[in-house]
Parts: sequence; C-alpha cells; structure tokens
Amino acid sequence: MDLNMNDLNQPHSMGTTIIGVTYNGGVVLGADSRTSTGVYVANRASDKITQLTDNVYICRSGSAADSQTVSDYVRYFLHQHTIQLGEPATVKVAANLVRLLSYNNKNILQTGVIVGGWDKYEGGKIYGIPLGGTIIEQPFAIGGSGSSYLYGFFDQVWREGMTREEAEQLVVKAVSLAIARDGASGGVVRTVTINSEGVTRKFYPGDKLPLWHEELEPQNSLLDILKHPGPEPMNI
Amino acid sequence: MESNQAPQGLMGSNDNIQRTQDPYVTGTSVVALKYKDGILMAADMGGSYGSTLRYKTVERLKPVGKHSLLGASGEISDFQEILHYLDELILYDNMWDDGNSLGPKEVHSYLTRVMYSRRNKFDPLWNSLVLGGVKNGQKYLGMVSMIGVNFEDNHVATGFGNHLARPILRDEWHENLSFEDGVKLLEKCMRVLLYRDRSAVNKLQIAKITDEGVTISQPYSLKTFWGFSAFENPTVGAEGSW
Repeated sequence: MDLNMNDLNQPHSMGTTIIGVTYNGGVVLGADSRTSTGVYVANRASDKITQLTDNVYICRSGSAADSQTVSDYVRYFLHQHTIQLGEPATVKVAANLVRLLSYNNKNILQTGVIVGGWDKYEGGKIYGIPLGGTIIEQPFAIGGSGSSYLYGFFDQVWREGMTREEAEQLVVKAVSLAIARDGASGGVVRTVTINSEGVTRKFYPGDKLPLWHEELEPQNSLLDILKHPGPEPMNI
Repeated sequence: MESNQAPQGLMGSNDNIQRTQDPYVTGTSVVALKYKDGILMAADMGGSYGSTLRYKTVERLKPVGKHSLLGASGEISDFQEILHYLDELILYDNMWDDGNSLGPKEVHSYLTRVMYSRRNKFDPLWNSLVLGGVKNGQKYLGMVSMIGVNFEDNHVATGFGNHLARPILRDEWHENLSFEDGVKLLEKCMRVLLYRDRSAVNKLQIAKITDEGVTISQPYSLKTFWGFSAFENPTVGAEGSW
C-alpha cells in the first residue's frame, strides 16, 4: 500500500498556466484546469478564470484558497464600489484592489494573478499581479508554473493589434503547449473573451487540443489498431 | 506557510506583526551623477522574478514634485508603495499653497526616516533608493538603503553598480561635466553592468533633472561589443578550459 499519505494533506495548489492577452477591441483570458494536492489531481476540470464584475475577470494561480479568498473580497468591494460610482468599475480599479490585498498581506498569501477586462475609458486592459503585490500593466501576461515554458513562445509569436480569433487561437495554443510540458498544468483549456459587447466563455476539452512533439493520436483501443493496421513499411 | 496575523485590517496594516520579507520582483542597479546643469540618472527597465527576467518595461525612474528624481532598485511592489507615500507628501506640501516646495534634500530626509523606521520594525521596504534634484541652482544627489543607511555624493549607485560603476566614476567623473559627457559616462557604466550583471536587461532610460525640470528619456538599448579575437577561439592551446 502506498504510504504517500502526506499528499492528501498538502494544500490545494494550482500549479497552473494562466494567460491574458489584449487584442484589437478587448482581451482574451485563458487557463488550464488542473488543481493538485501534492501529486494527486484534486480537480481536473477547475475554473480558474473567475468573475469580479460584469466586465472584469481574474485568472488565479498559486494557492487555491488564497486566490479564491482574494477574489471573493475584491468582488465584494467592487460590488459596493459599482453601486457608489453609478457605472461599471474600471479594470484599473479592480486590479488595484487586488494589488492592495496582495501587497499588504504579502507574508501570508501565495497567489499570483492576472486581471483582465474591458471598460469604456481605456478599452481592453491586462494587469499582471505576481507574488509580492507588484502591479504591472502589460499588452499580454503569462503566469503560473506552466508559464516558464511560454516565455520563448510569446517572445517569438506576440504582436500588437491581433483580431479576436487570432488572439483566442494564440491563447489556446499557448496553454496547450504549457500543459504538454508542465506536470502541474492539465485538463481542459478555458478562455474568456471580454469586449464592448460583453463576455464569452469557451471550453476546449483535452482531447480536442493540438498534438505536440512525441504525442500520439488517441485511440479507443489496441484492438482497433490491430484490426486496421497502418500501411507496412517498404523493403527497399 | 504559517500565519502569525490576527484577521483584521485587510487593505492596510494595523498592528500586524510582519517579519523581514523576501523580495519577489526586483530591479537591479541605478547609477547617477552630478553634472554641470543638474543630475543625470540611469536605470534599466528590468523586473526580475528570481532568476527569470520576467518584466522588461518597468519604469524605475520617477519624478517627485518639481525638484526631485527618484530611482529605485529592489522590490518593485515596495517602490510602488513608496511612490504612493511621496504622492501624499507632495500633495500635502502643495496644499499649504505657501509658495514653498519640498526640495531634494527634504525628500531624501523623509525617505531616510521612512526606511529606517521600517527597518527598526523588522519590516523593511526592500529597496535601495537614489534621490537626485536641483533647487535654486543647488544640486543634490543622495542614496538610502533598505536599512536606512544614507549619504550624499557626487556620484552614487545601487547594488552591482557599487562594484562595477563607482570605480569608473571615481576615475572619470569631474566637476561641471557637460550633458553629453555625462550621458556617455553613464552609458559606459550601464554597458559594463549589461555585460557583467545577470539581472541586467538591455533596455534602459536616462533621466535628467535641472532647474528647469525633469526629463526622462524614452526606452532604448545599448550596442555591445563582442569582436575580440580572444573571444572567437578562447581555448586554442588549452583545450578543455573555458
């Protein structure tokens, strides 16, 4: 019997891949769906892109508990702020509220996030808020353990002024590349697109993602392969 | 991670006990010198996350009021917090509406008190700050470290800059440098830092402050030289060495 019982008491952590990308007219947020306790995958279909307001969403990584709690508080504050203000909150305000919590509790919290949304003053905006509570506005942001594998990819492929479709394809491709190499990322790819017209959620199941190096086309069973074997190699 | 905090005061600390932290997103050296018309200051735009060069467009030089320029290395979130404190300081100063405004010496003194006070609580702002400015023709250039050590000099640097840039400056700085000579000297220092500091990033800004005001340059990159013949075949005659 496996005596690795400590895993079951490890904190829930979202070794993760999270991405936020601006495009011509809005933003696209993307994330994987794996939540692990130690080595065990506690949830293979989690939703790491959480709503803060109608027009602002947050991608969460790091400790699941910490990021959920921060999101809950910011949603609560933003709700009141919206009522007082009389109009939708701006992405900048939402991001700065997250930063205040992250910064002032930097010794306790272990969560890095990406805040993205659309407001009528600045359009689509992405803010990265890593560990420590630095806030940094960026044309695109990547985070989580899987992001290590994407720095080179984005350096090469990123450009300003993409269309919505191009941005969505880029995000799905990137998350799926990270999932291929990061053990702590996996499951499905979720995207949330936010623009002046509203919010659209998309879902890309694990078996619909592109295949990368050394990955094979999934099969139902060996029996199918044996029944219909591929072409024999030639003897030249 | 244990929590030794009472669950109160979310947005600001009350009497929470925090311990010395670890830095997360950090900026590397800042170098500055006095020249004929005022102060020149240079810093690259990198925000490192441990050994990853994560952010490459972080502005580490910022104007403070009318007469000062602040450059910071160390934890970027703490620098952003310091800018917020300074905003308030300048605002309250303006509200007096008495024709007087805080000069660089006063701002440097304020920062020193803040840094030292936090150090005494074992909760430092993890930065090394360079404060330069001109008021009424008087040039001022000072530095404050995260433990509150402060001093002023004709040229200062933080972090690696102390080891790599200061020796160059000690050799080549003189009174009444022209703007062009000052910039060339700073660029010489920044190039050496680019070669030899792992956390350096090739995108920098140079800022100047004179009696007329503050100008921060747009981001730009330096050319580097790799054409030494010794670089091409360094292990000829000594195979296996490096």
